[in-house]
Amino acid sequence: MPDDDAIRCDACPVLCYIKPGRTGACDRYGNHDGQLVRLDPHIVLDRAVSRGDSVVPFLDRDREWDGKLVSGPENFVTAIGAGTTYPDYKPAPFIISSEVQGVDMVTVVTEGIFSYCGVKVKIDTDRHLGPETNTVRAQGEPIGHVTTSEYGSQMLSLGGVRHLTGGSRKEGTVTCDTLLNLCNGKAAELTIDEGATVIVQAGRAPVVGGVQEERMRVGCGSATIGMFAKQWFNKVDEVVVVDDHITGVLSEHQAGKLLGVPETGIKMKGRRSTAGRYFQVAEPGTAWGGTNIQDPLSILKNFNPKKAWPGLRLLMVSTTGEHYAYFELDETLKPREKELPAPLSESVARIKENCEPALCTVLFMGGAGGSLRAGVTENPVRLTHSVRDAFTRITCGGAPVYVWPGGGITFMVDVTRMPENAFGYVPTPALVAPIEFTLKLTDYAALGGYMDHVRSLDTIMSDQRRHHLSARENNPWPLSSGSNK
Amino acid sequence: MRERAQISFLPDGRRLHMHDGPIDLIVEAFGAKSEIGAAYHAASRRFVDVLDELCGELSLLRQQAQKGRRLPSGGVARRMALAVTPYAKRTFITPMAAVAGAVAEEILETMTSAAQLSKAYVNDGGDIALHLALGEQFVIGMVERPERPSLFGTATLDSTQPVRGIATSGWRGRSFSLGIADAVTVLAEGAALADAAATIIANAVDLAGHSNIIRVPASGLDPDSDLGDRLVTQHVGALSDEEVSSALDAGRVVAESLACEGLIHSAALHLRRETRIVYPAHERLSGVVQEPHQVVIPRDERGEGSAVFS
Repeated sequence: MPDDDAIRCDACPVLCYIKPGRTGACDRYGNHDGQLVRLDPHIVLDRAVSRGDSVVPFLDRDREWDGKLVSGPENFVTAIGAGTTYPDYKPAPFIISSEVQGVDMVTVVTEGIFSYCGVKVKIDTDRHLGPETNTVRAQGEPIGHVTTSEYGSQMLSLGGVRHLTGGSRKEGTVTCDTLLNLCNGKAAELTIDEGATVIVQAGRAPVVGGVQEERMRVGCGSATIGMFAKQWFNKVDEVVVVDDHITGVLSEHQAGKLLGVPETGIKMKGRRSTAGRYFQVAEPGTAWGGTNIQDPLSILKNFNPKKAWPGLRLLMVSTTGEHYAYFELDETLKPREKELPAPLSESVARIKENCEPALCTVLFMGGAGGSLRAGVTENPVRLTHSVRDAFTRITCGGAPVYVWPGGGITFMVDVTRMPENAFGYVPTPALVAPIEFTLKLTDYAALGGYMDHVRSLDTIMSDQRRHHLSARENNPWPLSSGSNK
Repeated sequence: MRERAQISFLPDGRRLHMHDGPIDLIVEAFGAKSEIGAAYHAASRRFVDVLDELCGELSLLRQQAQKGRRLPSGGVARRMALAVTPYAKRTFITPMAAVAGAVAEEILETMTSAAQLSKAYVNDGGDIALHLALGEQFVIGMVERPERPSLFGTATLDSTQPVRGIATSGWRGRSFSLGIADAVTVLAEGAALADAAATIIANAVDLAGHSNIIRVPASGLDPDSDLGDRLVTQHVGALSDEEVSSALDAGRVVAESLACEGLIHSAALHLRRETRIVYPAHERLSGVVQEPHQVVIPRDERGEGSAVFS
C-alpha cells in the first residue's frame, strides 16, 4: 500500500503514512514536499489556552483584570469576551439597553473576527530601521513592511489580509500571533530586511539593535541650530548638529548669519542643500543622529586654512543630545577633543530636555463593514449608513475609535486605551477584537435591530459572570454625547 | 517511550494537559486538594503507557468490528471494541471510531478509582468523559465548527442523569466522516459509547449522490485510514433548505433508534442553520438541551467539535 510520495512519520508509535500536503493524526507533523516537518511546535494547545483565556475574560476570568469596581451607577458593557456572532445571522451575544439621559440606548456587543486587520506602528526613533517598503519579519516570517518616515519616527504597517491568509500557514500564524501580542500590549521582536532588529511594545520605548531609545529628537539638525543658536552664540565658534536627514552647521545657517557668527572655514561631507544644511553626510544607521558614524569627525573635511584659526571651538551634537563632543583646533587646524565646557553642557542638556520620550504606538485597524454587521441588524447596510451619519457610535473595548471616511466601517483604535488582553484570535488566522455599537433604541428598531434580544443593563449587571473594570480616565464615556471620534 | 509524553498544568494551574503523539487531553478534577493531587498522579502514570499500548494493537483496531471476535488486550482497546460492537452487524465500523472517547474514559476511571472526587472530566479533543458525584452538575456547550467560537446549544448535566460521556463528530473534524453533518453531539452513558454513536449518526446525516458534495477515497488522503477506499466528505457546497432538512432527518431517524435501544441518551444534530434535537426516549420534550445562551470556546482547532464547561 505504500504510496510513492507518502512518507512515514516516526515521531510517535502511530507511525502515520503521510501524503504530500497533509498532516499525520496529530496535526503536528506533516509532509511538505516530501519532507517530514513539524508544523506548529507545541502551538496547538497553547492556542486553545490563549483562546480560552483571551476570548472569555468577560465571563470567566479573574486573573488578568485589576478587578476594581466602576464607581457610580453608570456601566458600559464592552464586547470583550462577549463571544462572536459567527455565523453572523445570529443576534450578537449581548444586546443591552440602558437608560441614558432619558433616551434608551442600545449597545450591541460582539467580538468581531477580523480577517481584514492589521496594526500601524509608530516608532519614535531617528535610528535607521530599514529602507522604505522593506519587509518586516517576526520569527523569520514576513508580517508587514516599512512605510514612511514621519517626524522623529518611523512607521511600520503590519498584518493585513495578505500576510494573514495569503501566504504560508506559518506566515499567517506568526502574523496573527505578533498582531495579537502587539494589540494586547506585549512586546514583539521585529527584524527588518537590510535593517535593524527592533523590539516594539505599545506605550514603551522601542529597543533598536539592543539599545533602548530614550528620546525623540528635538528637531532635524537644521531646526536644532535655529532653536539653540542664541544659546550657543559667543560660547562656541561652530556647532554641527549631526542628523541623518539634515545636518545643520551654525556659522553657515541663516540663524548664525543673523547673529553675526563669523565664517569658520568648516567643510562638510555630504550634499549641501541650502546654506548651513547638508544631506547625506553619512549612511543611515543607529549611531550619531540616525547615521552610521561613531566618530563625528568622519563627516568633516579639513578646515579651510584661510578662514579657520587655531583655538577655534567646535561643538558636535546629535539631534537628541545623546551624542556630543567638543573640540578645539590645534596649530595645524586639526580638531582635538577636549572636555565639554560647562555652559555648553547646559545647552546639550537643554536639547535632551526638549526631546519627548520615545514611544512605540500601536493602532489596531480593522474592517467591520462585512458580515459582522448582521449580528447587529437584519439589514446590515443600514448599520453602515447609521455609523456614517453618526447616529451610531463605535467603540472598541470602550475606547474611542477613528472611523475612516469612505466605504465600509474601517476603524483605528489606540490599543493602549483598551483594557488589557482585549484581543483574542481564531486560527483562521484572524484577530478577535471587541466592538460595540451604541445608538438610540428607536434608531436601533428603525434599522432593523433584534429588538426581541435587547436586554436591560440590570439583567447583565446581575449576571455573576460579568466582569467589572474601571473606565479609563482619558477615554470619553462611550454613552456620552459627542462625536464618534 | 515514556519520555515522549508531556504532562503539564495549563496556566490556570488547575487543568492538566496531557499530550502524547496524536492524543491531547485536558483533565480537571474537583474535590479536596489532596484528592485532586492523587487523581492527577494516577492519571499521569496511566497516561504514559496509553499510546504504546494502543499502537501495539493498531492493526486489530483498524479492522471491521465483529461480534464474538476476541477482545484486544489493552484496557483502552477493550473499551473501543466494546463500544462499537453493537454496530458491528449493521454497518462498517472499526474500534478506531471510539478511540478518543475510550482514552478519555480510561483516564477518568483511573482518577476516580484513585481518589474521592466530587466531579471530574477528561476532554479528548471534544470527546469527554465525566464524573459527577451526587448533587453535582456540569454545563456543557456545543460548538458547530471548532475553529469558530460559536455555539448552538448548551446542556446542563446533573448527577441524576445517566450521562457520563459526550462526543461530537462532523466532516470538518479531525477524523473523516462519510456524512455531511457540521456537528453531531451525543450524550451517552460513557465517552466511548458516545464517540462511536456520534460517528454513526454523523455518517447518517447525508444526501446520497448530491453533486455539491465532494467525496474522495479515504485511502487517497491517508494511506493508513481504517476506512480504506470508502468515500469521505471533503467539501459541502450549496444546499437548499429542503436538502438540509432531509439530510438532518436521515440522521435523526438513526439517532432516535439508538436512543430507543439505550445506546445513547440524547443527541443534537447540526447542519448549516438547522439543528435537530433527539431527546431521551423517556423524557421527550422535557428539554434537557436548552436555548443557546452561553459563550463556549472550542478546546482546540482540530478537535471534532468541542465542549467547554462553565
